[in-house]
Amino acid sequence: MIQFILKGILRDKNRSLLPIIIVALGVTLTVFLSGYLAGVFQDIINQNARFDTGHVKIMSRSYADNKDQMPIDLALLDVDQLQEGLEKSYPEVEWVKRIRFGGLLDIADDNGNTKGQGPASVMAISLFSQESREAERLNIEQALVSGEIPGKNGEVLIAHDFSEKLNIEIGDEITYVGSTMYGSMAFQNFIVSGTVHFGTAGFDRGAVVMDISDAQTLLDMDNGATEILGYFESGQYNSEKAFEIANEFNQKQASSDDEFAPKMFSLEQQNNLGDMLAYSNYMSQIIVIILIFAMSVVLWNTGLLGGLRRYKEYGIRLALGESKGSIYRKSIIEAILIGGMGSIIGTILGLSATYYMQEVGVDISDLMPQSSMMIPSTLRAKMIPSQFYIGFIPGVCAMVLGNMLSGMGIYKRQTAHLFKELEV
Amino acid sequence: MRNNMKIWLLTLIIPFNLMGQSQLTADEILQKVDENISSNSTITESKMVIHGRRNTREIVSKGYAEGNEKAFTEYLAPEREKGTKMLKLEDKLWIYNPSTDRTIQLSGHMLRQSVMGSDLSYEDLMEDRQLTDIYDAQITGEEVIDNRKCWILELNATVEDASYQKRKTWIDQERFVPLKEELYAKSGQLLKQITMKNVEKIAGRWYPKNVNYKDVLKEGEGTDFIVLDIQFNPEIPDYIFNKASLKR
Repeated sequence: MIQFILKGILRDKNRSLLPIIIVALGVTLTVFLSGYLAGVFQDIINQNARFDTGHVKIMSRSYADNKDQMPIDLALLDVDQLQEGLEKSYPEVEWVKRIRFGGLLDIADDNGNTKGQGPASVMAISLFSQESREAERLNIEQALVSGEIPGKNGEVLIAHDFSEKLNIEIGDEITYVGSTMYGSMAFQNFIVSGTVHFGTAGFDRGAVVMDISDAQTLLDMDNGATEILGYFESGQYNSEKAFEIANEFNQKQASSDDEFAPKMFSLEQQNNLGDMLAYSNYMSQIIVIILIFAMSVVLWNTGLLGGLRRYKEYGIRLALGESKGSIYRKSIIEAILIGGMGSIIGTILGLSATYYMQEVGVDISDLMPQSSMMIPSTLRAKMIPSQFYIGFIPGVCAMVLGNMLSGMGIYKRQTAHLFKELEV
Repeated sequence: MRNNMKIWLLTLIIPFNLMGQSQLTADEILQKVDENISSNSTITESKMVIHGRRNTREIVSKGYAEGNEKAFTEYLAPEREKGTKMLKLEDKLWIYNPSTDRTIQLSGHMLRQSVMGSDLSYEDLMEDRQLTDIYDAQITGEEVIDNRKCWILELNATVEDASYQKRKTWIDQERFVPLKEELYAKSGQLLKQITMKNVEKIAGRWYPKNVNYKDVLKEGEGTDFIVLDIQFNPEIPDYIFNKASLKR
C-alpha cells in the first residue's frame, strides 16, 4: 500500500511539490541553525577552556574574588606540592600551572630610548617541559605566524597584531615593566622568538606568551602560580565529573580559614559559561519547537487547499464504500512520506550549509565586545551527529499535524449527501 | 592681683585670637597650608613601609624636588630596588632600571599604577602643585583629631587634570598642617585616605613626618611614608634633573 501511495505522490506533483518545498525549507533551517549554534557555543566553550578556565581551575580564595584584576600578589604558592597531591587524587585529570599577569611592554630604539610601548597581557605556560602538552593545547604551532616557539629562557612569543602595532621583528629585544608578586618593580629584557595569531580578539590585541619559569623569576614568584588548570584526559568536558571533583576538593579545604587556601571551580562556574551551556541547549529546543509550529500552520493551510482540490476524490472513495478512517489513515501515511522526503532534502541542504560555514565561518573581530568571556574572532558552524535526524522531527511532525488538522474535514462529510455533492 | 589681671587679659585675648582665626576664609587657610608644606626645593630621605597582604616591605629612597616640575628619586634599599631611579620633568616621568640598563618613559594609564606595590600611584608622586593652584576650598565644619582642633575643608578641583576631583581635608587650626585627608574620584567614590602623624617643627615649619596612605580599594593597612630627613630650600645642582643622571 505504501508503494501505491508513494507512486501517487511522485506522479501527482500538485499533491506533493508545495508541501515538500515547505518541509525542506523548514528542515534546512533547523539543521543549519542547530549546527551553527552547536559550532559557535562549542567553540566559545573550548576556547575558554583552553585559554582561561580549563575543565576545572584552582585559584587562591582571595585571587578568585578579584580575578578580573589579575592580582598576582594573591597567587598560589607551593604549587608543586599542590599539583603532586592533585595528580595522586585525580589521575584522570591533567594538571597544569599557569601565570596570568599584565604589564607594559617597551621597545627601545638604537639609542635605548622608548620607540614604542603598549600594555601587555602575559600568559606563562609550561613550554620547555618535554611532558607538557600546553603548546599543543593552545595550538601554538598552528598559531605561529612567524619565527618559532621559544626554546630557552628569555625568549617569548608575541601576538602578531601587537608586534605589527609596535613594529617588532623576530629577534628584537623587548622590555617588560610591571610589578613582582610582592609589589617591587619588575624589569626584564626578552627576545621575541616568534609571533602568533590565536584568533581571539582579546589575546591578539596584546598577548605575550612565555615559559612559566621565566615568569616565576620575573615576578619573584618562586614555586608559585596564579592558577592550576585541570583538563580531562579524554579532552572532552564532562560537566558532572567536573562538579564532583570541584565539590570534593573544596570540601577538603572547607575547614581552613586561610584567604590563600586553594579553591576549585568547574568550567561552568567561570565566566558565565554555565549559563551559556544551558542557553545553547534551550536555544536548540526552542528553534525546533518554533519551526514545528510555524510549518504546521503552513502545512495545515496547504492540506486544506489540497483537501478542497481532492474533495471529489474523497467523495468518490467514500461513495464507493471506503471508510472515513481508512481515507484519514492513508492521508496520514501520505503525510509521513511527504514529510520524510522533504526532511531528507532539507537535511542534505542544511548539512551542506553547515559544512560551508564550518570551513569558511564569519569574521566578527570588528564587533567583538570587551568581555571576560573568550569569544573566537571567527564564528564557525559544526557538523554534529544530531543534525542527521533532528530535521525529521519538525519535518515529519509538522506535515502529519498539518494533515491531521486539514483531514478532519473528511469526518464532516455526510454519506447521505455524497451523491448530491458529486452531481455538483 | 597681678595673676588675676593676667587671667582676665587671657580670657579677653584668647576669644579675640580664636575669632581672628575663625574669620579666615577657606582659601586663606589653604594658602597657609601651602606656605607651611611647600617650598621652592627639597631634599628628602624617606622610608616607605608597605603593608601588603602577605608581608611588609621597607623601601628607602632619596628624593630631590625643585618647583612643581622637577623631581628626581633614587631608591637606596632593599637590594632589588637599589639603583632604580625616577625622573619627573613637567608632566613626563622616566624610570631607569640598572638590571636592564633601560630608561623607560611612563605615560597614560601606567601613571595610575601603584609605585613599588605601595598605596601611592606614580600620579600621586608626580602631583606637587600647590593646593591653591588646583582647588577651590570651602569650610564645611570643625572636628578634633588627636586632641587637635581642625577645620574640615572641602576642596573641588578647578583644573581638568587634577588627580583627584574632590578632597576633604582636616587642617590643624593652630599649626596649619593637614592631619587627615580623603581623596575622591569624579564619580564621588572615595579612593584614598591619608593620615598624617608625628608633626614636628622643622626649619620653622610644622611638617608631618609620618604619613599613612590607604588605597581604600585595596585591603591591608596601607603604606607609611616616613620622612627620615628633609631639607627645605637647599641648592640642587641642575645636573640632577637631567636624563643623563638616571644612568649615572
